[in-house]
Amino acid sequence: MAVLLIAEHNNKELRPFTLNAATAASQIDSDVHAVIIGQNTTEAAKQLSELPVVKKVLSIEAAHYENFTAENFAPVIVKLADSYSHIVCSANTFGKNLMPRIAAHLDTSQVSDIIKVISPDTFLRPIYAGNAFATIKSNDPKKCVTIRPTSFDPCESTGGSASIEKVDASEEFSNTKFIKREEIKSDRPELGTARIVVSGGRGMQSGDNFKLITEIADKLGAAIGASRAAVDAGYISNDHQVGQTGKVVVPDLYIAIGISGAIQHLAGMKESKVIVAINKDGEAPIFSVADYGLEADLFEAIPQFMEELNKLNTIQK
Amino acid sequence: MKILVAVKRVIDYNVQIRVKEDGSGVVTDNVKMSTNPPDDNAIEEAVKIKEAGKATEVVAITVGEEKAQETVRKALAVGADRGIHVKADGVLEPLAVSKILQKVVDKEKPDLVFMGKQAIDDDCNQTGQMLSALLNWPQATFASKIDVKDNKLEVTREIDEGLETIEINVPAIVTCDLRLNEPRYASLPNIMKAKKKPIEEIAASDLGVDVSPRLEQIKVEEPPKRKAGIKVANVAELVQKLKNEAKVI
Repeated sequence: MAVLLIAEHNNKELRPFTLNAATAASQIDSDVHAVIIGQNTTEAAKQLSELPVVKKVLSIEAAHYENFTAENFAPVIVKLADSYSHIVCSANTFGKNLMPRIAAHLDTSQVSDIIKVISPDTFLRPIYAGNAFATIKSNDPKKCVTIRPTSFDPCESTGGSASIEKVDASEEFSNTKFIKREEIKSDRPELGTARIVVSGGRGMQSGDNFKLITEIADKLGAAIGASRAAVDAGYISNDHQVGQTGKVVVPDLYIAIGISGAIQHLAGMKESKVIVAINKDGEAPIFSVADYGLEADLFEAIPQFMEELNKLNTIQK
Repeated sequence: MKILVAVKRVIDYNVQIRVKEDGSGVVTDNVKMSTNPPDDNAIEEAVKIKEAGKATEVVAITVGEEKAQETVRKALAVGADRGIHVKADGVLEPLAVSKILQKVVDKEKPDLVFMGKQAIDDDCNQTGQMLSALLNWPQATFASKIDVKDNKLEVTREIDEGLETIEINVPAIVTCDLRLNEPRYASLPNIMKAKKKPIEEIAASDLGVDVSPRLEQIKVEEPPKRKAGIKVANVAELVQKLKNEAKVI
């Protein structure tokens, strides 16, 4: 039986992590169908049909799907479930909110946040905020799986030509009403998908000093992160928080400035490809995961870092 | 309005997790245990709603072994009125816990069920959503702000793109984010008083639900260790390494 991938989108276009989830789906079974549920999603459905790993697209449109309410999404997906061995989705807030509702309806024990497909019924997933990895085998006849997107490469986005089939909507769930969404608008790349992240910790000493981080991030075209300590101290808003209780990031380059490296922060960034730590405490745990450590006062090091960056002829974006 | 709050006993968040050598799990013997952090936020919010005169009773519930009752006792010490301990040994998956909670909800008939958005041991993030599916109630997950209105809640949710606000009709489930509030500490007099508050004990086997695990934990292992890097002498060397060695800028 085929795998059903739930596409994540904003009605206009696919959200990038759908491509990572598609890769994971294709590692479970080569026959991947994708369902897109929303309102006025023609263009996003077309993008989905162009993913070479997707063999068929199911499109479900209705006004009550416009805001991705799990109470509306779950019943219509459950109706499709008979034809599928697996239902998969990204383990971001969209998938985390939705998938358990589907799993409960199907009487299935969900496997959350997998980082590797070992076989169609066995998966690797982090537990205890990534301090241990568990190999989990599902014995349910139908499997509900959410995928940590940063652990899978995005699939090719062009070259496919899957058919798009319309499916009827289910009734509206009337006890939940969407009011508003406040998206954080920024010219910067999104923290979860940025190629470079520059993060500040309690060592920044004030919210004003985060301007130093902003300058470096501007120069590098990077997203801005922060430790929980910096967020709790009120230096920066919590949507910048990296860690167990914030975002998990896997950029090519992670620069941790004035961050000691508490367990909960490391859980959110230690899979980054290259890690730089700048901290005046040479014993700080952050150095144990850093590829390049600089033991220095950050208020001296950051201006020098800007100077050195300015000397470079080119900077990759 | 009556609020049922589910709490779970987990390894304390400050403890460095150690994996057992035989790969059967993580070390829990002689390890400090405490209430799952966002469950503390759930209790705090329920107590605040009651203090504001918008709820009449706060009931704390836990599902698990004998010692899990400590978490209910702690909830009573910060303001819950009474407790329920559903006793069950062995591994309980979120699906099993949500089925047990469903049975208790059928009996207790709360207007709201609160719990943390995720337990920091298995990191599943499922129980609240599963319970709302089983009850066919609305769900407000990852709540960072709750406004109680007449038979409705306006809830602000933390989502990847920012914040989302929804309105849900009671009865409903809310799963709480750490940013919802600042949980209070229990005072000594309140800890003493909590010892006199009632905790009802129920055997999970008496609830008539199948709680047998559907998942097999094949093994638990240490995550791959990151190789220790190098210390650079100065900023110029750092930038040169990033440019020419790591080739990331």
